[in-house]
Amino acid sequence: MDDIKLTPAETLSKEPRRWIATLLAVLAAVILAAWSSSALESNSTGGAGLSVAKGIILGILHPTTDILFTLGQNGIPYLLLETMCIAFLGTLVGAVISIPFAFLGAGNIVSKPVAVVFRVIVMAIRTVPSFVYGLMFIMVTGPGAFAGLLTMSVCSVGMLSKMFIETIEDLDKGILESLSASGCNLFDKIRYGIIPQLMPSFASTLIYRFDMNLRDATVLGIVGAGGIGAPLIFAMNSYRWNDVGAILLGLVVLVLLVEWFSSKLRTKLMRG
Amino acid sequence: MVMKPMKQNRKVFVLANGKTVIEKRSKAPLVAVLLIIAAVVSGKVTGFDFYVLVTRISYFFVMIGDMFPPDWGYMSAVWTPLLDTIKMSLLGSAIGALLCIPAAMLASSNLVKAKAVTAFFKFFFSVVRTLPTLVVALIATYVFGLGTLAGTVAIAVFTFAYCGKILYEQIETVDMGAHEALEALGMGRLSAIRHSVWPQVLPSFLSTVLFCFEGNVRYASILGYVGAGGLGIILNEKIGWREYPRVGMILIALFIAVVAIESLSSWLRKKLT
Repeated sequence: MDDIKLTPAETLSKEPRRWIATLLAVLAAVILAAWSSSALESNSTGGAGLSVAKGIILGILHPTTDILFTLGQNGIPYLLLETMCIAFLGTLVGAVISIPFAFLGAGNIVSKPVAVVFRVIVMAIRTVPSFVYGLMFIMVTGPGAFAGLLTMSVCSVGMLSKMFIETIEDLDKGILESLSASGCNLFDKIRYGIIPQLMPSFASTLIYRFDMNLRDATVLGIVGAGGIGAPLIFAMNSYRWNDVGAILLGLVVLVLLVEWFSSKLRTKLMRG
Repeated sequence: MVMKPMKQNRKVFVLANGKTVIEKRSKAPLVAVLLIIAAVVSGKVTGFDFYVLVTRISYFFVMIGDMFPPDWGYMSAVWTPLLDTIKMSLLGSAIGALLCIPAAMLASSNLVKAKAVTAFFKFFFSVVRTLPTLVVALIATYVFGLGTLAGTVAIAVFTFAYCGKILYEQIETVDMGAHEALEALGMGRLSAIRHSVWPQVLPSFLSTVLFCFEGNVRYASILGYVGAGGLGIILNEKIGWREYPRVGMILIALFIAVVAIESLSSWLRKKLT
């Protein structure tokens, strides 16, 4: 046997050399970065940017405290409650819409071409930016939280059905076979064979999506579809940075709390 | 073994060795009641109204109907903003991914022993991730002026927080044996990390960045709404002017671009893992 000296330098010299591949990857990255930096343009105001940034940050760091704790319709607690309600019902309605899409898009339930067609539809639904849906639903319901709720639900359909499809395709069919071998009818098979297999994963996906919807709820505000987004954008457009700070503080605390709680819940669900 | 009297009619199984197993009480009714209460409260707060939904939902489909057939001739004007959107998300993702590497290293508890430092950086990542991208983009337009630069900054901030969080979680699950061995042989800290931790996390980190980039392309089309460049500007304008066939054209172009990028990146991600 050869003598192997275990000095770091010697061991490292035996590291596989893939410098051509590395070089190519780096080169591609640099070229792409150079190409994309050609799009950078801004109507900058010269040196004023820094002082503007300083003013904004100072304002945000000194939040107005009185709107933070008032309980009326304009207080932050109520707005946060409304945002949470939009996110909650939006997720729920989104789930109701996406379950049929998920079953029709799962390759082990329907034939391959049908599944592909439904997947393309889901993808198309997912591509449309959320503010476009917001503007469309405002035509239906008028501005307000109801429009926001409907927007949230349609925006959730894309991700929810994608995750649901993956769960459904992982279904263990052996259980169904043994159930029908022991004489269960279709209803029994769904109740004892399918639902227990899907439930934990579906619930976990829904909780995760609720988390995301809460975070995205500000997008709705800019089109006037309710929640905390609208006051936030108004405050920003009128340079009331202290109010912006207060709203952001409330939003950040709420999102962090919900995130902590939901990750606890999801680990519990996953462990059964 | 003494059998305790059962209060509820839960199922009791007697095993072959004489032990009894009691069926666990189901939490489903409690969860269902809580969910129904939450749904009812949410319905009240948001003004959910089935009647309005059923009677007026046709307006939604009328708008979609107006988008077809799309105005194909308008495509020539869509190219530049579409490419701007892609460039914005490409550059923003690259900048954010590069910046998050040192911060993620400082946030992982197996590389940095000081608890205060890791806790601070973890908290920093969480807070940045919570900031809505649209708000960051709007602030960026005040600082950098209207245009794609503001959008790029917003995307970079989001990518920084998202990829950073996943990167430090990956670093913390890495097998530290190789690192310890290299350090024991007298290698410096940073080069030990470079040769032991880095190769372990690199493939999954690149795949995270690619995944984030996919999402960013879709998100970048929203940023135009606050004036941060890209497809959103013309999209918002055409909806405002009710030129729905042109809106349809923009959406189709975006759809094709997103599908192309997603399939390219998922192919790359499959190669990586």
